[in-house]
Amino acid sequence: MEEKNFICTACPMGCKLIVRMEGDEVVKILGHRCRKGETYGRQEAIAPQRMLASTVKVPNGFHPLLPVYTKGSIPKQRISEVLEKIRAIEVTAPIKAEDVIIPNVIGTGVDVIASRDMPAKN
Amino acid sequence: MQEKYDYIVIGGGVVGAMIARWLSRYEGKLLLIEKEADIGMGCSSANTAIVHAGYDPLPGSLKALMNVKANPMWDQLAGELNFPFERRGDYVVAIGEEELPLIHKLMDQGIKNGVPGMRMLDAAEMRSRERDINPETSGALWATTGGICDPFQVTVAAAENAVINGATVLLNTKFEDFIWEGTRVIGVKTNRGDFFARWVINSAGIYSDAVMHKAGVRPEFIIKPRKGEYFIFDRAEVQIHNVLFPVPSSRGKGILVTGTLHENTIVGPNGNVIDDKEDTSMTKEGMDELLDGAKKLIPSLNLRHSIANFVGLRPMGNGPCYTPGINYNNDYVIEVPSSVQGFVNLGGIESPGLTSAPAIAEMVVDLMKDAGEEFVEKKDWDPIRPGRPRFAHMTHQERKLLCDMDPRYGRVICRCENVTEGEIVAEIHAPVPARTYDAIKRRTWLGTGRCQGGFDMPRVVAILTRELGVTPFEISKRGESSEYLFRPTKDLEVSDVN
Amino acid sequence: MLIKKQYDVVVIGSGPGGLAAAIEAKKGGADDVLVIERDVELGGILLQCIHNGFGLQTFKEDLPGPEYAQRYINEARALGITFLMDTMVMDVTSQRKLYLTSQDFGYIEVDAHAIVLAMGCRERTRAQVRLPGYRPNGVFTAGTAQRWVNVEGYMPGNKFVILGSGDIGMIMARRLTFEGAHVERVLEIQSYLSGLSRNYVQCLDDWGIPLQLQYTVKRILGKDRVEAIEAVAVDDRWNFIPGSEEIIPCDTLLLSVGLIPENELSKKAGVLLDPVTGGPFVDEHFQTNVPGIFAAGNVVHVYDLVDWVSLAGAEAGRSAAEFALAEKDRSARYIPLVPGKNVRYIVPHKLDKKALEKGDISLQMRVTKPIEEDVWMEVHGEENSIVRRSERYVRPGEMVTIVLKPKMAAEVEKAGRLTVDIYPKSEA
Repeated sequence: MEEKNFICTACPMGCKLIVRMEGDEVVKILGHRCRKGETYGRQEAIAPQRMLASTVKVPNGFHPLLPVYTKGSIPKQRISEVLEKIRAIEVTAPIKAEDVIIPNVIGTGVDVIASRDMPAKN
Repeated sequence: MQEKYDYIVIGGGVVGAMIARWLSRYEGKLLLIEKEADIGMGCSSANTAIVHAGYDPLPGSLKALMNVKANPMWDQLAGELNFPFERRGDYVVAIGEEELPLIHKLMDQGIKNGVPGMRMLDAAEMRSRERDINPETSGALWATTGGICDPFQVTVAAAENAVINGATVLLNTKFEDFIWEGTRVIGVKTNRGDFFARWVINSAGIYSDAVMHKAGVRPEFIIKPRKGEYFIFDRAEVQIHNVLFPVPSSRGKGILVTGTLHENTIVGPNGNVIDDKEDTSMTKEGMDELLDGAKKLIPSLNLRHSIANFVGLRPMGNGPCYTPGINYNNDYVIEVPSSVQGFVNLGGIESPGLTSAPAIAEMVVDLMKDAGEEFVEKKDWDPIRPGRPRFAHMTHQERKLLCDMDPRYGRVICRCENVTEGEIVAEIHAPVPARTYDAIKRRTWLGTGRCQGGFDMPRVVAILTRELGVTPFEISKRGESSEYLFRPTKDLEVSDVN
Repeated sequence: MLIKKQYDVVVIGSGPGGLAAAIEAKKGGADDVLVIERDVELGGILLQCIHNGFGLQTFKEDLPGPEYAQRYINEARALGITFLMDTMVMDVTSQRKLYLTSQDFGYIEVDAHAIVLAMGCRERTRAQVRLPGYRPNGVFTAGTAQRWVNVEGYMPGNKFVILGSGDIGMIMARRLTFEGAHVERVLEIQSYLSGLSRNYVQCLDDWGIPLQLQYTVKRILGKDRVEAIEAVAVDDRWNFIPGSEEIIPCDTLLLSVGLIPENELSKKAGVLLDPVTGGPFVDEHFQTNVPGIFAAGNVVHVYDLVDWVSLAGAEAGRSAAEFALAEKDRSARYIPLVPGKNVRYIVPHKLDKKALEKGDISLQMRVTKPIEEDVWMEVHGEENSIVRRSERYVRPGEMVTIVLKPKMAAEVEKAGRLTVDIYPKSEA
């Protein structure tokens, strides 16, 4: 049996969760004070997810960087891979907020989209 | 940039700049070399900014002579060079009855030195002059000829006037050795090449001992740095208008509480002698000392309202008293040594060095005349160094006219101190140019307010990048090795995240 | 673009507080709404907060800062609100006159019927002041570093130590790590986390960045550039615990030690500040003690969620519009009282036409010269007479009074100005 400890982020309270696992299965969740916490604990133990935000080069843009984010959460373990993909590309202005920058990034089913409008320089 | 000059001044502090200004009046090619990225980066920009009345130095010392001679020169100088200067008078405040004899003694000393305009105040008068003064005050010496200035502006103004009159100022140029012809100095070796001159003047501040030793002059003369730490207070919270001295001790004039021409109040300096000439660090012990000293004069002063601190190293020398027979061995050395030709030697120009600078410059010229130099006044010598507009101090109408004249003055870069892009650009292209953030800060007072540069820093870096035509990675705070930016966000030198 | 001399509502700052205020002011009936922004584009601090966490309440979505701002910017543009960017407000008076300066327009004056202060806050640098050591380059507030990394596109260091476990510090710890830098440590002087625990999990714990509670910086090492910091443990009273010192090599120290509402302009306008919050005293409409000057957002007190800032901004904007419209209405009702023949001055100088409905208004005046015979004293509009009274003489030494009565209100209503003439009956 394995015990994992997490601080819940479902709400600002930050309950300290204990999740007991047998292999890949969750056996017990302790420390939560609501249903959302239970859900969070389960997810975090089996397949933790995160939202990701970063910036992309836009050489002809009003600013040299365009802020982007994942429209949905991605597996925590694959964050570095996604950051690599984001680092490797350049985009061209003008861009509109929510334009898709990288569709279905590394097969996660989640798009990386623009966080704001970015006009071209001048 | 040529190699042959008539005069070379080593050191771009206030004394070196003032000497250059005085020499630039005469025919002859003049070079001032300064090892840092800007002039005045030594104690010329880290002092109490006071133009002393002259009661403090020992009668018979060169310090006393220079101080009292120089003090009345400041009004004309401020008018010609257009730097901020005000005669506010200063107070030496006695706390408790036991300190009264000390300020009387100070007044007697002042009279001996020839200081005009001094008066004794009783306790009630002192309390009426300064509302928050320690209620235990027993009286004060009030010296009406005391003044305050912006010492860095003085340094810049003097250097710029020299440049306007044909002098060359080389920054990032460090003296390494003299070039000789027998016992005559004929030039200097620097990290940027050799320069020749008929006269070389040693005005190297804290390193003046090392320079004179290279000329074989006064091997027994040693400079020890005396560290002076200071606090600056938020002008919105603390408004001391007066210049308040405590009673002096053997360690010096003591920890002052004084207003400044930027309307900030400053507290300092303490006076601990250290070994390291590069140690401008602020210490915890120093901070405690400053607070104790400040509270002696103004008990209500609260450190919570401080917004910045700075440290200056005063070049304390062991020069003998100018008047022989007086037992005093911290006097100025200002001489044309007999053992070496073509060399003017200065050493140990600590307080009242800022005050004395114009008199010292005059003395240097006189010494050179006595040694046979025949000066010919330039027909087109211009004593005036024009001031530059300060948006922060202008009325609404003046600001409107300024913006109409040059739209860059409409763009405020430092919000706390109201410094505009027009002013920053003017300093970058001034006769003695500002090339680093701190250089601009010293000239415009930008970044010294509540946010301490938090808002203006990225914008100033961008303006410097543009105006100097360099990459942003070359912009520094105070010269090489103090750059701001390492690389573009998305370019990795080494590999990745995990 | 033509800048008007007078606006109904002027909003200072285009962050979330300012944008929400401007939108609601416009929707609330204010025709001329002006937003003044010191940066080159709209959005305020949100533009550099590229991480998620914004909009959960407002939009029921988890958005990054710039997108949250973009939604408001789009709406404000669509409503025809006027924007002045790269423009600094130099002064605001209690009479709601603003002095602005910009490269494009120079130095200009603008009057406002109502003002909303939305200048946000600045970062505390005080810790920087009382840190012994040198003052090398490489000591920045977290927000300044954030601006460089996210907007300008530069890394201000490679190896970081962060002082303060505020949200900005933790967010930057993750951000810097994402861009290939190394964050060695986060030091927090209190015994508890300063920011949200979610940020501890997602910014520090996820990335193995150590957090040390009850630790602070004792000394900064390095003369030209930071070379290391000396960390030290503290007790509950923030006293250093001797022997706990540790030198942490780094090239940058980021400070995340608190936010201070930015109220220099507020003070200039005579707005009273609460020393506890650092922001103006406000009522439930976010009006300050100065009539017609409202304040919303971090300029009032430091918020935790931007969604509440937008709500506050909306309320302030709505109230500002209401005030502006009432003010406009009132100014339109004023007419001047003009000294005519032989009259030197009249007090009051102007009167509110509506006020006459409620009661008498006395006009007091003095004549320019003595007239020692019967005189008429007449109050008239441009085309109608309001009242005429006779006196046996008038002299400069004696004050003259004419009373306007409510029954005259209908006639007064027709006039754009009232003139008082005093002349001998023999000249009539």
